[in-house]
Amino acid sequence: MMILSGDPPRSRALTLILVVIIAGLAITPLVFPGAKAMNVATKICIFAALVASYDLLLGYTGTVSFAHTMFYGIGSYAIAIALYAMGPNWAAVATGVVIGLPLAMALALAIGLFSLRVEAIFFAMITLAVASAFLVLASQLSWLTGGEDGRSFQLPELLRPGTVLISKSTLGFELNGRVLTYYLIFIASAAMILALLRVVNSPFGRVLQAIRENRFRAEALGFRTVFHLTYANCIAALVAASAGMLNALWLRYTGPDTSLSFSIMLDILLMVVIGGMGTIYGAIIGATIFILAQNYLQALMGAAFNAAAEAGLPLLPGLLHPDRWLLWLGLLFIASVYFFPTGVVGRLRNPPRKSA
Amino acid sequence: MTDLAATGALPKPKRDLLPVLLPAVLALAMLPLIGSGSSWVTLTVASLAMGMMIFIMASGLTLVFGLMDVLNFGHGAFISVGAYVATLVLLPLATLVQADSLLTNLAVLAPAALLSMAVSGALGLVVERVLILPVYGQHLKQILMTTGGLIVAEQALYALWGPQIIPLPLPTSLRGSFIIGDIAIAKYRLLAMLVGLIVFCGIQLVLNRTKIGLLIRAGVENREMVEALGYRIRRLFLGVFMVGSGLAGLGGVMWALYREQVHASMGNDLTVLVFIVVIIGGLGSIGGCFIGALLVAMVANYGGFLVPKLALVSNILLMVAILMWRPRGLYAVTSR
Repeated sequence: MMILSGDPPRSRALTLILVVIIAGLAITPLVFPGAKAMNVATKICIFAALVASYDLLLGYTGTVSFAHTMFYGIGSYAIAIALYAMGPNWAAVATGVVIGLPLAMALALAIGLFSLRVEAIFFAMITLAVASAFLVLASQLSWLTGGEDGRSFQLPELLRPGTVLISKSTLGFELNGRVLTYYLIFIASAAMILALLRVVNSPFGRVLQAIRENRFRAEALGFRTVFHLTYANCIAALVAASAGMLNALWLRYTGPDTSLSFSIMLDILLMVVIGGMGTIYGAIIGATIFILAQNYLQALMGAAFNAAAEAGLPLLPGLLHPDRWLLWLGLLFIASVYFFPTGVVGRLRNPPRKSA
Repeated sequence: MTDLAATGALPKPKRDLLPVLLPAVLALAMLPLIGSGSSWVTLTVASLAMGMMIFIMASGLTLVFGLMDVLNFGHGAFISVGAYVATLVLLPLATLVQADSLLTNLAVLAPAALLSMAVSGALGLVVERVLILPVYGQHLKQILMTTGGLIVAEQALYALWGPQIIPLPLPTSLRGSFIIGDIAIAKYRLLAMLVGLIVFCGIQLVLNRTKIGLLIRAGVENREMVEALGYRIRRLFLGVFMVGSGLAGLGGVMWALYREQVHASMGNDLTVLVFIVVIIGGLGSIGGCFIGALLVAMVANYGGFLVPKLALVSNILLMVAILMWRPRGLYAVTSR
């Protein structure tokens, strides 16, 4: 219980699902060493951490920020630019971390102090504007960021796929640099999620919830709400930037589309709401559902698309086209905001009572 | 005995003209920096035209927020829908669009624009009933719901029209420019300015000279009081929402013709611009929205001409500057 900060899943079904997900992620490289399964598992890890950090903002303080991908992008670009400029060594990775995290923190502080005084709605609009300006900057300053093409780079020797630490004959599976990178990401993401769980269950986290429920009353109780909100914003930005760094390490590439685009922001929003706002665990569930859907629902839709096209139905093939999977998740998103605002986790914790 | 009857005239409402002067001052201040008079005229006309188009799109958003405290993050969807609907009329009738006669061209453009407005207005009705009605008064859910609506609308547009960019050529008679001396003024920009002015004057007339306008303004200032007087403000709001969506559709058509292409992502791109305009103007204020749109367009055009790199963040800088000066926008109408 210590490791969960006294905030267990509080539902047998939820615990079971979480255990299955985490165990699945832990053994993925051993059981499904294929590239696609590894990519999906990594993305789930990274996004679980990223979404959990967003949940700190959205679920625990009730502020909607559209600048979360900006911090994710800062982390990605810091690693990418450092490794690109300094070559594949650990000093470059360290430089990226040392530059990226404070930069994300400073920007979060500036945005927070400037705009968290006002209402949630202004904050949402201002973060949207700042994030879009940042996206444009990143795609235009091509001498630094590589522009639209982004930056590809090499990893330090130890993390490269070609580096075989233990060959297949010894253990029955191959422990290479890629697998090592995967476990690095897995452990780092788990650590971040546990740290966030610690944060939201600390007295500080309780104040955040108080602010969410009634900012005026929290202020009347003597809490400096702007300070608390800005602090939460900075923590979320740090975690997001770290997740961005992990993403860059996995992809060995950073570009506007993989780290900054508005669609990633929407994805995060979908994941946190579908999983369950204000639970942290919802981030893991939401990220898993979304990314599995993104990667495997498309195949299913492709089959349905072919069937509909063969049957010669009007309109339906267009709606079932594999690229339109987001349409269905968008509908699911609206339905979940409306019908079960606490998401999957809330549903599992408080199953709807049957009417007597 | 005191005389209770008012003898003197009522005190005039305070006129706050400083923001009105801002665009003019900005334009004049740029004249020496740009140097050449003819490029200045071209840039000014370009920014006025762009500003009018942005204003058309933003006006509905600001009223909807002012009246009902509803911020529609899916406003951009109406812009895209308007543009796509216009292609339904303009592409099949391409021969009429390409005919070299202003009357024929306008005879095609006008129904296209009207149809776009009607469809986006009707969509507004659906969105208001389905997405916004259940979450009145809950900002967080409103933002989430309307963002979800934006995703679904964009994907539905892709599903119906395909993901490719649809080219939408300008009508022949609106191509090219009028040349006066060494000054070139694009014809379409004049049309855009004209339409923008008509919309602005129309909104101002309705707001200031009709009973409905009176109720809307009263509702922006104090919704509960208007309700207490027995007016069904929900219905009024629905009307405003539909008109606002329709105007966004009109703005979408004009923007698509301006860029000569239609794509579902245009709504997303413009949403940011529209938000900046609405914040600068002060949420709920039509006049502020108008000035804000002009300022944003001017900064974009002049900035793009003088310091191209700066143009990328010029909107943000403008917003920061304005909010430093007046933290609640140029004209703070609502008490929120």
